[in-house]
Amino acid sequence: MTDGPAETVEHVSGSGIPVRGNDIDTDQIIPARFMKVVTFDGLGQFSFFDQRFDGDDNEKEHPMNEDRFRDASVMVVNANFGCGSSREHAPQALVRWGIDAIIGESFAEIFAGNCLALGVPTVTADAETVTAIQDWVDDNPDGDIDVDVANETVTYGDTTVDVTVDDAQRKALVEGVWDTTALMKANAGEVEKTAASLPYVDDAA
Amino acid sequence: MSEGTLYDKVWDRHTVTELPTGQTQLFVGLHLIHEVTSPQAFGMLRERDMEVAYPELTHATVDHIVPTADQSRPYADDAAERMMSELEENVREAGIEFSDPGSGNQGIVHVIGPEQGLTQPGKTIVCGDSHTSTHGAFGALAFGIGTSQIRDVLATGTVAMEKKDVRKIEVTGELPDGVGAKDVILEIIRRLGTDGGVGYVYEYAGEAIENLDMEGRMSICNMSIEGGARAGYVNPDETTYEWLRETEYFQKNPETFDQLKPYWESVASDDDAEYDDVVTIDGSELEPVVTWGTTPSQGVGVTQPIPAPEDLPADKQDTARRAQEHMRVEPGETMDGYPIDVAFLGSCTNARLPDLRRAARVVEGREVHPDVRAMVVPGSQRVARAAEEEGLRETFEAAGFDWRNAGCSMCLGMNEDQLEGDEACASSSNRNFVGRQGSKDGRTVLMNPRMVAAAAIEGEVTDVRDVETAEVVVDD
Repeated sequence: MTDGPAETVEHVSGSGIPVRGNDIDTDQIIPARFMKVVTFDGLGQFSFFDQRFDGDDNEKEHPMNEDRFRDASVMVVNANFGCGSSREHAPQALVRWGIDAIIGESFAEIFAGNCLALGVPTVTADAETVTAIQDWVDDNPDGDIDVDVANETVTYGDTTVDVTVDDAQRKALVEGVWDTTALMKANAGEVEKTAASLPYVDDAA
Repeated sequence: MSEGTLYDKVWDRHTVTELPTGQTQLFVGLHLIHEVTSPQAFGMLRERDMEVAYPELTHATVDHIVPTADQSRPYADDAAERMMSELEENVREAGIEFSDPGSGNQGIVHVIGPEQGLTQPGKTIVCGDSHTSTHGAFGALAFGIGTSQIRDVLATGTVAMEKKDVRKIEVTGELPDGVGAKDVILEIIRRLGTDGGVGYVYEYAGEAIENLDMEGRMSICNMSIEGGARAGYVNPDETTYEWLRETEYFQKNPETFDQLKPYWESVASDDDAEYDDVVTIDGSELEPVVTWGTTPSQGVGVTQPIPAPEDLPADKQDTARRAQEHMRVEPGETMDGYPIDVAFLGSCTNARLPDLRRAARVVEGREVHPDVRAMVVPGSQRVARAAEEEGLRETFEAAGFDWRNAGCSMCLGMNEDQLEGDEACASSSNRNFVGRQGSKDGRTVLMNPRMVAAAAIEGEVTDVRDVETAEVVVDD
């Protein structure tokens, strides 16, 4: 990672993978025991680990275990995806497995924020639309999905549907300002002023 | 949009500027860090050749992986030792104060901040942990953040955020005997759902909230995130100020207390503040709430029937069916009588002194059921010391509870304290997700600390109101 401007993310294209079910929490996306690490490297293999493997490490039925979805980069999920723990390990694991964008009915806010920090769009649509995309992906595992972040559409096969991208997320991705560190560091003078205006700052800690 | 609320006022006071994304660059008054979510952020900082901008506003502790039995170094678990060493190196290099186990101040990050007087009204507080919402109990704006945001805060002292709406949740009336803060928040999440708070911060108000002690308010704010809200808070009042005055920090700096109090009072929501939404709950009608499922919203009064999935809203039915299969419960039954194997009294939700006192009253003079392994994991070393001074440790140990060192422990199973196989656990913690307590077949039933104590004694979920409690323990 460099200290320069982030890349722009206007489009994400690739084949899809459906992960069905509401309220999929980050403990499911990556169980806590795999967080005993000091870097995010290698987390991809542990994505949805307990959903994918039984106690003896035998593969269970899960889309991420299916060969036909192995090269997928667009995950299609349902409501309240990523609820629970704030662990960035969850989107980090998905990204390292190969995911570049997620389409869903709704996302937990910290999860969506963590995805944005990695340049991964989390676009939303109503339940019917999402289910239709999931069904299409099931039938067309090699088919391309195009997530157009700038224009808030998703195209799969011959179908284009409107989706919603949060305003700040869209701007950040399309204009390449999703990596906020350098941007905010440039305002150090203003930060100092804000700090000085707060009655507790001098006395803190 | 809301106007005149604590959220609006604290947000405005901490706004640095608007970013090109439309997000606000918000100054961070207190950055709490721990060993799980910060090492990668320090790594990113090194890659960018950046330094920690405000080490004096940053405070570290170790809680998630710390062993609760043998804490001699190196830790028996190599991975845990590596994480601890990494944290030690990072805080030493940056000059960040560290409540390490040798300091006598170590504990769960959301327990130590308040008890050390670091958590104050009108501060913005962030931490790489979703339960940072806990600190809202003091009228702070407290948010859980991800690791990339930790990097931002370390590097700049600020975080990029979008402003949310404010929902006031008014809990009216007097809570009945045997009903506490945990029951209130489980009921709120049951009614509004795990995603009901998306787009909101929650302001908790009303007679039932105002009458709670600070620890109770912390339990409620702690679980705001389980309801999907970005943060939760209670307006500061005399209860808050009294608590702060007693902290070591303000005991040593009483003049600072007097200097800051006008600011604390000024950030409280105005009487005529405008809210984006208001929800009212009659607290006098509540009873102890326990979960029957695998999300914190799947709760029910302990004497009430477990709902049938088909009676729930359409989008909740599938999750409910899977949850009932996992938990092996049937609609129409009550949770009263559900057999348990483990009792866990701990976590950032319910491991503070009054939680342990209330549970000890139930335990006093009784024995843990022979088929149950029961443990108390105090929220911090300070809580442990205070409890030991009051004789609570003896009470728990005499009954057969295991008394362990402070940490997150079995709340999320990142140390050796984990469920095995399909064990069912009566837990004072905050999450009952599948696999949460270290075993993917484990079953977690959330409840208040007194209910955990009763379950430990009876070997099954038990309505604590039916259990006679001792009076020997210090009154709270």
